[in-house]
Amino acid sequence: MLICEDLELRYDDFSLRADVRFAAGAITALIGPSGAGKSTLLAAIAGFLPPASGRVSWAGMDITAQSPADRPVSMLFQDNNLFPHLTIAQNVGLGLRPGLRLSSSQMSQVDAVLESVGLAGMGTRKPAALSGGQQSRAALARVLLADRPLVLLDEPFAALGPNLKGEMLDLVKQRLADQGRTVMMVTHDPDDAKRIADAVAVVADGVVSDPAPTAALFDNPPSALAAYLGR
Amino acid sequence: MAQRAITISPRWPGVLAGALVLVLTLGTLAAVALRAELTTGLGTADWAAIRFTVVQAFLSALISVVLAIPVARALARRRFWGRQAFITLLGAPFLLPVIVAVVGLIAVFGRNGILNSTMIWAGIEPISIYGFHGVILAHVFFNLPLAVRFILQGWLAIPSERFRLAASLNAPIGRVLEIPMLRAVVPSTFLVIFLICLTSFAVALTLGRGPKSTTVELAIYQALRFDFDLGRAAMLACIQFGLCAVAAVIAWRVTGVDAMGAGFDRTVTRWDKRRPFWDYLAIALAALFLLIPLAMVVLRGLPGLLIMPSSVWLAAVRSVLVAIGSATLCCTMAIALGLLGGRAVAVVGVLPLAASGLVVGTGAFLIVYPFVSPSDVALVITMLVNATLALPFVLRAIGPAIVAVHDDFGRLAVSVGLTRWRWLWVVVLPRIRRPLGFGAGLSAALSMGDLGVIALFAGKAEETLPLAMHRLMGAYRMDAAAGAAVLLLGVSLLIFWICDHWGRGDVDL
Repeated sequence: MLICEDLELRYDDFSLRADVRFAAGAITALIGPSGAGKSTLLAAIAGFLPPASGRVSWAGMDITAQSPADRPVSMLFQDNNLFPHLTIAQNVGLGLRPGLRLSSSQMSQVDAVLESVGLAGMGTRKPAALSGGQQSRAALARVLLADRPLVLLDEPFAALGPNLKGEMLDLVKQRLADQGRTVMMVTHDPDDAKRIADAVAVVADGVVSDPAPTAALFDNPPSALAAYLGR
Repeated sequence: MAQRAITISPRWPGVLAGALVLVLTLGTLAAVALRAELTTGLGTADWAAIRFTVVQAFLSALISVVLAIPVARALARRRFWGRQAFITLLGAPFLLPVIVAVVGLIAVFGRNGILNSTMIWAGIEPISIYGFHGVILAHVFFNLPLAVRFILQGWLAIPSERFRLAASLNAPIGRVLEIPMLRAVVPSTFLVIFLICLTSFAVALTLGRGPKSTTVELAIYQALRFDFDLGRAAMLACIQFGLCAVAAVIAWRVTGVDAMGAGFDRTVTRWDKRRPFWDYLAIALAALFLLIPLAMVVLRGLPGLLIMPSSVWLAAVRSVLVAIGSATLCCTMAIALGLLGGRAVAVVGVLPLAASGLVVGTGAFLIVYPFVSPSDVALVITMLVNATLALPFVLRAIGPAIVAVHDDFGRLAVSVGLTRWRWLWVVVLPRIRRPLGFGAGLSAALSMGDLGVIALFAGKAEETLPLAMHRLMGAYRMDAAAGAAVLLLGVSLLIFWICDHWGRGDVDL
């Protein structure tokens, strides 16, 4: 269970309050208007933004003071998820250890995970030689290999076409959630949430609401979500 | 979104580099000042040197900027074969060893030069290149191209849509677009050149004649070399520091353009292109002014290569070693400071612009004097001084690149656990390879051509190539000096090309 306890985030004249619990092993979508603070919440959970007050805890352990690298968190950003000057295998290998030298068993792990996301044999290429969808798969392969229980997705597939995006979301569900990882994803597209999310939390008006089961929420949206959806 | 500085890189190398720069600039000044007996006031010769320094720097900057405007305007609105090559050539004088350019200028404007030969043939009284106008001529030669590049950048920064709008409204382009741009760009260009000319040493050493054309830097050299008067040298050094500091602060405040900026390949479509004659005339005159002296260096020097004493080759080897050391140190410091970032680093990074190379060298010498003899450390001190003086330019090239890497990949690196040294090796260095190569080439070439502090201490056994060349000129062995000039020019450009080329290879951006 990921718990944000009286969490208050502030920068410039923006502020966001979160006092919510996210279920472990589930996919939770964060939905809401742009600028509401969805990415900010993820940044705080990942450790990039120290909260003004409150605590973040994972599996009963307070992680508020931990550095981003020490947290049980893998994160995919909107862009720049791969280092362009490193090969795909090197990029993915960073999930195993922060450095470029891998043992032969680690290298076969990299090959295996690349195969599992449909990138077999592409390890020696640089990101620029891959399509957008393949780059997303490579980034996902790194997250798979990193073996950290909490995965934060800050709209990493937003630049893909609808068909590819759907494929990637399905891959997230099959490869991550179905194997016990806890996934939190930012989205502004209700269809993304309906496609894979178990629960949805609305971020609007400076507050993060409690996550509610996806189908029920969309059938009977609260006022903030209704306003966002234009209903 | 939530962008915040995350500490990724180790901090102590930057702190160490900053401390080294402070010691080498302010510390050396203090070392000189402490040794000085500040009893004597400023003599008339000192006042003359100050006046000359400011006046020549002012005139050099003024003439460079005024002449640069028509050339930049012509380059901005004309497209012709060789335009890109010409713009690249405009970057060359920055790398050109001063003493090489002086040889070229003497070949054109000197007593037996092309110009005077023609004038004598036409029955006109010949002119002398030595003294006040010679110093200004050399400064304009160096800084006119720089001014053209600055101002051209201003012109190319005007969006083409504005020209289209102005053309469709039939508005006067000069008044609505060009004059406002020049008002923004010219003052900063002027100040940068003014600052460069304030610190002039090698030009005044070779072309200045007598007390009437002595710069403060040259006066420091004379006080140290001939009178060994530390007090006067320290006082002049403080004055020099003050002059440069004021100019540097103003220049850095006014300057928005990047001296080494790339990408001049855009030609804006314009609708005011009548009268091409004047544009091409401006370009042709500028090209002749730059190319003829360089061509003369090569023409006169090639035969000279064969008659150079063998000591010149040894000096060349020494110079290359000093250049490699200086470039390595300079780039290391620039990377360390760039990783540290922040306002203090920005100040430390420009501090060397206000420092006198001679004072830095003298101070360093005074600090180590109790332990070693001056000629033993002449090359090491030269290396230190060169690295320090090149730092502002290299930091300007590398610093923004490091910031960009940090902004683009800092969070990714932290989230996969790449911090400290791994962040440097795995991410930063590969991604700043291009500006790093450029910076290394720049600092190596600047060090290669430096004729400054080395002139104070070096005996025959520590001669660098520019010094060997200067001594050949002093002995009126002009043919051998011309040969050394070709060698120096070739090696400087080659070493720059190697570094810059390395930086451009195998990058995936």
